[in-house]
Amino acid sequence: MRIDLEKISKRFGDFHALNDISLNIPSGGLTALLGPSGSGKTTLLRVIAGLESPDSGRILFDGEDTTSSHVSERRVGFVFQHYALFRHMTVIENVAFGLRVRPRKDRPSKKEILERVNDLLHLLQLENFSDRYPAQLSGGQRQRVALARALAVEPQVMLLDEPFGALDAKIRLELRRWLRRLHDKINLTSIFVTHDQEEALEVADIVVITNEGRIEQVGTPEQVYESPANPFVMDFLGHVNLFRGRVHSGLAYLEGIELPAPEHHAAEDVPAVGYVRPHDLVLERKATGSGSIRATVERTQIVGSVVRVSLTINGNHEIIEAELSRDLFQKLALEKGERVYVRPRNVRVFADDDIQA
Amino acid sequence: MSAMETVASPAISVQEQPGRNALSEPAMIRWLLTGVALLFLGFFLFLPLLAVFGQALEKGFSAYLAAIREPDCRAAIRLTLLVAAISVPLNLVFGVAAGWAVTKFRFPGKNLLVTLIDLPFSVSPIISGLIYVLVFGLQGWLGPWLYEHDIKIIFAVPGIILATIFVTFPFVARELIALMQAQGSDEEEAAMVLGANGFQIFWRVTFPNIRWGIIYGVILCNARAMGEFGAVSVVSGHIRGMTNTIPLHVEILYNEYNFAAAFAVASLLALLALATLAVKSLVEWKMRSPRPVRKPAQCAST
Ligand SMILES: Nc1ncnc2c1ncn2[C@@H]1O[C@H](COP(=O)(O)OP(=O)(O)OP(=O)(O)O)[C@@H](O)[C@H]1O
Ligand SMILES: [Mg+2]
Repeated sequence: MRIDLEKISKRFGDFHALNDISLNIPSGGLTALLGPSGSGKTTLLRVIAGLESPDSGRILFDGEDTTSSHVSERRVGFVFQHYALFRHMTVIENVAFGLRVRPRKDRPSKKEILERVNDLLHLLQLENFSDRYPAQLSGGQRQRVALARALAVEPQVMLLDEPFGALDAKIRLELRRWLRRLHDKINLTSIFVTHDQEEALEVADIVVITNEGRIEQVGTPEQVYESPANPFVMDFLGHVNLFRGRVHSGLAYLEGIELPAPEHHAAEDVPAVGYVRPHDLVLERKATGSGSIRATVERTQIVGSVVRVSLTINGNHEIIEAELSRDLFQKLALEKGERVYVRPRNVRVFADDDIQA
Repeated sequence: MSAMETVASPAISVQEQPGRNALSEPAMIRWLLTGVALLFLGFFLFLPLLAVFGQALEKGFSAYLAAIREPDCRAAIRLTLLVAAISVPLNLVFGVAAGWAVTKFRFPGKNLLVTLIDLPFSVSPIISGLIYVLVFGLQGWLGPWLYEHDIKIIFAVPGIILATIFVTFPFVARELIALMQAQGSDEEEAAMVLGANGFQIFWRVTFPNIRWGIIYGVILCNARAMGEFGAVSVVSGHIRGMTNTIPLHVEILYNEYNFAAAFAVASLLALLALATLAVKSLVEWKMRSPRPVRKPAQCAST
């Protein structure tokens, strides 16, 4: 099912939780809502589900206006941030709930309900827990019960609010890959909320980046990571180093080096900042041309398969972070306090006006 | 719901030696405090209870039975049961409605409602009774009109019921508001998304979570409804066999120096108190247990 949001706004008192949000969610995709805490992700999801009604704007499901239809008519699956399992019901009763409350004419027979629920429990590897109460389950198990319960009513849209939020890193990783496979298997339109950029980039088809009730960028994981629309997105999707300077007619002058910045061809000597990811900083023993900046090694740190090198530039106290492979690190044999040359690649230059915007 | 609940608390008592802990008081102080508490309880609670039953049975068991079987006393028991049978269900309905409204909706005047629910607790019962006299009494606002239409409220059964409802209405409502606020409305929202209608949400999701709270509130409400003296005394008129409840009847007998009979009737209230206590502790135990105490149900059977 295709979902279109048109100019949705939602206020709580004088606080704008959602500010004129327009978004098209294609059918069958897995979309991630990614943004800092308080940016309105949960509110947006609740508006789509019908748990919150927008102050203005329209919501269309497959082109049909559902803005004023009741939650129970929208037939969406919702997985709550804290699961919200029915605590006095066993796992199997939780999962069967959505089918049992159907009006008699739409309700499957008891046998069919039991079959469908058991299939789901099997799919989610919960067969052994079917008679337990939520309090008797681990976080990951509760998570899967919440998913099974939402899936039981065969929704065409699945809304998941930080489905992996309360889990430890390893289970998170397993479950999100599992969710991706499940999504592909049963062909849903899913939207999930996360504030973990890695999670969003890994499993989603489309990433929507929210900030202060607005959408900053919508795109594939590659688009948002490789061509962030603005400094906020760049900064939010992983660590970045900042190089201050100016741009003038398509050229950026940052920390004594000169870089092409064609998107600023019309700029006339305005202050600007270059953003570079740690893995786009190349470290060398010798300067190569005018593209290198002299720096001093402050600290080196092995993190898994890469080495993180902290540097300072010409007595500037701001720390710059570079990331390189262990092989390369060994070849360079860097020591603390040594001099090194830094050559930035893939620099994204934003003029100060962009930054304020 | 948090995962923390299932984590066993770390065993901190491993190296603890009995009686020698940096945090525990010297033995003497412990014994002294416990002794004072027990003595106090014994003197103010246990002794009077014993005295009630002692006095009631002073003239033998047959005199005890006779005092209770006496027609005026039977009328008082009937009236008390009637008052409870009307006021408790009404307050149950009001309590559930108030709890539901306060916890599930946003509406203007919500805080005022929560404050007002506590009013009967903070007002002297005499005042509670007088309010009704002022409204419905012969000199009151509605008095003349009621007199013309030959409707008796004050010094009659309706007045007693009204006063009792007023005095007892916080019990269920307070209990449920606290409980439902602690539980939030997550489960109700989940049920709503799954397509349940309002009635189904209440019966299948809300009610099972609050039923012990309801029972708790109801037994306390009932105990007060049957035992209320002050407010009822103001509106009753003390007409023997007509507008006397058990507590009022006890007072009349006592004032007539008919001690054995007074205590015999009073022992009924004492028994009610003991039964209430027993049910209350049972319910408290049920409410504390982390999940419903029942065998896992089969899916198809419920
Ligand atoms: N019912 C409410 N009443 C008042 N303010 C609210 C309400 N719900 C949300 N807000 C406010 O709206 C803003 C957005 O909240 P929302 O829950 O959508 O954030 P979020 O992006 O989901 O954050 P998180 O990642 O922390 O879950 C927050 O500042 C929050 O305080
Ligand atoms: Mg949230």
